[in-house]
Amino acid sequence: MNSPISAILSVRDLEKTFGSVVAARDISVDVPAQQTVGIIGANGAGKTTFVNMITGHLSPTKGSIRFEGRDITGMPSRAITRLGISRSFQVAQVFPTMTVADNMRIACAIARGRDSMLDRLFTPLDTPETRAEADAAIELFQIAPYRDARAATLPQGLRKLLDIAMAVAGQPRVLLLDEPTSGISIEEKFGLMDVVMSALKTRRITVLFVEHDMEIVGRFADRVLAFYDGTVIADEAPQAVLANPRVQQFISGTRPAGFHA
Amino acid sequence: MLTAFAIFSDGLVYAAYLFLVAVGLTLIFGVMKILNVTHGSFYAFGAYGAATAAGVWYDRGLNDAGGLLFMVGLAMLIGLIIGIILERGILRFVYGRDEVVVVLVTYAVFLILEDVIVLIWGPRSYTAYQPMTAAGSIDIGDLTLSNYDIGLVVLAAALAACCYWALKYTRYGRLLTVVIFDRETAAAFGVNVRVLYTVTFIIGAMLGALGGAVMAPKMSITLGIGVEVIVLAFAVVAIGGMGSIEGALIGAVLVGLARAAAVHLVPQLELFVIYAVMALVLSFRPYGLFSQVQPRKI
Amino acid sequence: MTMRPTILGALAFVAVGLIAPWLPPWLVSLATIAFANALVVLGLIILWRTGLVPFGQALFYAIGAYAVALLGRYTPVRDVFVVVLAGAVAAGIVAFLIGFLLARYREIFFAMLSLAMSMILYGVLVKTETLGSTDGFHVEAGSFLGWRPQGATRNLALFWLVLAFSAAAAWLVARYFRSVAGSLTHPIRDNEIRVEFLGISVDRLIHLKLVVSGILAGIGGALAALAVQHVDPQMAYWTTSGGFVFVTILAGAGSVAAAFVGSLLFELVRSIAVTLVPGEWQMILGTALLLTILFLPEGLGSLVSRLRQKRKTAP
Repeated sequence: MNSPISAILSVRDLEKTFGSVVAARDISVDVPAQQTVGIIGANGAGKTTFVNMITGHLSPTKGSIRFEGRDITGMPSRAITRLGISRSFQVAQVFPTMTVADNMRIACAIARGRDSMLDRLFTPLDTPETRAEADAAIELFQIAPYRDARAATLPQGLRKLLDIAMAVAGQPRVLLLDEPTSGISIEEKFGLMDVVMSALKTRRITVLFVEHDMEIVGRFADRVLAFYDGTVIADEAPQAVLANPRVQQFISGTRPAGFHA
Repeated sequence: MLTAFAIFSDGLVYAAYLFLVAVGLTLIFGVMKILNVTHGSFYAFGAYGAATAAGVWYDRGLNDAGGLLFMVGLAMLIGLIIGIILERGILRFVYGRDEVVVVLVTYAVFLILEDVIVLIWGPRSYTAYQPMTAAGSIDIGDLTLSNYDIGLVVLAAALAACCYWALKYTRYGRLLTVVIFDRETAAAFGVNVRVLYTVTFIIGAMLGALGGAVMAPKMSITLGIGVEVIVLAFAVVAIGGMGSIEGALIGAVLVGLARAAAVHLVPQLELFVIYAVMALVLSFRPYGLFSQVQPRKI
Repeated sequence: MTMRPTILGALAFVAVGLIAPWLPPWLVSLATIAFANALVVLGLIILWRTGLVPFGQALFYAIGAYAVALLGRYTPVRDVFVVVLAGAVAAGIVAFLIGFLLARYREIFFAMLSLAMSMILYGVLVKTETLGSTDGFHVEAGSFLGWRPQGATRNLALFWLVLAFSAAAAWLVARYFRSVAGSLTHPIRDNEIRVEFLGISVDRLIHLKLVVSGILAGIGGALAALAVQHVDPQMAYWTTSGGFVFVTILAGAGSVAAAFVGSLLFELVRSIAVTLVPGEWQMILGTALLLTILFLPEGLGSLVSRLRQKRKTAP
């Protein structure tokens, strides 16, 4: 295990309660840079709460979160985005009436001028640098053939790619993917994840992704966090986690084919 | 003590006026999600129509109670006709467009109708005071209250009760409630939303005209009455919440009492107070007192 | 590439300024009012493109106008630049303050709250004796850095003043539309949450737009007060706000030029209509609006851009 000092994201004793409901408790995790972490667990187990606390949409009731050594506990989500943690959405959030290229350009432009309102007021939108960045991202995520299509006309898989590409526009060092393959047909899931993961590896981004599909998790994660009842019940390499009897009991249901201890 | 009672009675009368004027608007707003600026026109047509009716009726020396019924009847008939023409002729082409676009359409129609009123009735002012004087007044202590005003309060309360009953216990009313709450789901369940829209708009128009007709005896019917009434109705509907009859009632009472208090205590604040109440309510309950806030789902 | 419209615009303003002395005084006065109103419309366009339709810009218009009037009545300050700037600052401060509330709303509720604010001012103005009550009061002619022109000369001087403010506003707003902040209008309309997740506070951006459009409306009102030399509460009434909204619809929110050309055409048509068919002017306006909304939703300005597209694609 890597020592906590080199961890890019470090979470300690994280807890979140809503009144009397304990949504998450006793979560302590250290994520080394450029690791790919799969997060599994049934609905309501605390995965989304965990993700929301890291991205700043929820403030933890107890515990701390450190990013690149800096305490970000309780910071608002906009500040956290600016620091370098980004996320994608279960339902792809794009700008439907704009073209793919424009979507990307806006994301890159916002990422550039993000630091102050004044900066944004006078930074021109359409600069060669922004265009170049947007084009590079489009190429990286292999959606170039669709650059002039309106985002609303894209099928779900391409929309997800666009959504993730936009999340990556600000050069984040950590990216949280919320169920990247949800709503995607089984044949396309692996293809999608191949594109996404290779793109993110190229950018050397540390990835945490929430997934329900155990095969996807098994194939793409370096490490898996299994959530149950608000806390992490397993934190190991994929094969080990998936073979874990508690995980099988509470999360995966049966031993998945192809992964034997 | 006298002042307090005066404020209370004045406030109630004004609240009755506001409710009568706002109920049609909130109905249309709630069901069709349209902020109907033309509502001012319905009110104006109602008032002018009532004035004409009053002229026709009382010139023949006929009895007074019937006169009021005739005024109201004619006004509501006019409301019905205009409502049908507007809904079938213009509005149905803009359903589905942006909410604000539809408001602007109703504003455009309102402008047109303002000039139509002048074309029909000319720029002079009219009166229809007969029912009011005929009703007489009663004295409570040192205060003289007009029976007509009392009648207005009773009418408003009755109308509110009627609406409440209709929404809860009639089939049409329950359909309305469902559509107000979630139009898409209602349509998915087979509710004929289009027909509902037409009927609702017509009812709203008739209610607007009714408001104008019953207020006609209390005012000088002249150019611009529609203009004034719209903002007032808006304020009440905004305070009460879209589509909420109870909200309109509470909003009317709030504004009515506040205004009466201002008129008696600090007259300079009379107009200010109405919109200040609106701004105040909206800053705590952005969508009105009785509204359902729908959070955005990702 | 992007400099061409700016240069064209600058030339247009200069050209208009140069031919003004040869134009009939009534036209110069009309153009003065038109351009003062165009500033308000410009502010409206800034908000319009984000999908917000303020129904209460008359608030800032009236603040600007009354600031000028009050300075003239209760202080010895007469310089037009100073009073107009005072109007701008007053309007800006109010916009900043109510922006905290207003920026949280969208769509209909934004429009209604904006309306409520302007009606509050109307209510205050109508009932306050020291502010002139329903009659309003006279505005001092003012001096231009010491120079006190009279009659037709003052007309011209005021027109040039309005032109100067218009040119400056046009240039700044055009630059703003090309900036990141100005280009967010479309994305905000499409998916506001996404914009937030990209790191921008949409509420704060809208707050900023409110202040800018408030200042523009304040300058417009101040200039209008100097032009007409009278202020009254009607300037804060909702129908005044409606008038500005109408010009925006007719002209379209597509460009800075639309605000000026649209306002000018509107004033021209209005003058003609009010003289020829005063009883039907509202009907004409309403019908024009209805037709525009139904058939040309992007306004007349979009016709121009469509023609330009055709020319580009033509062989």
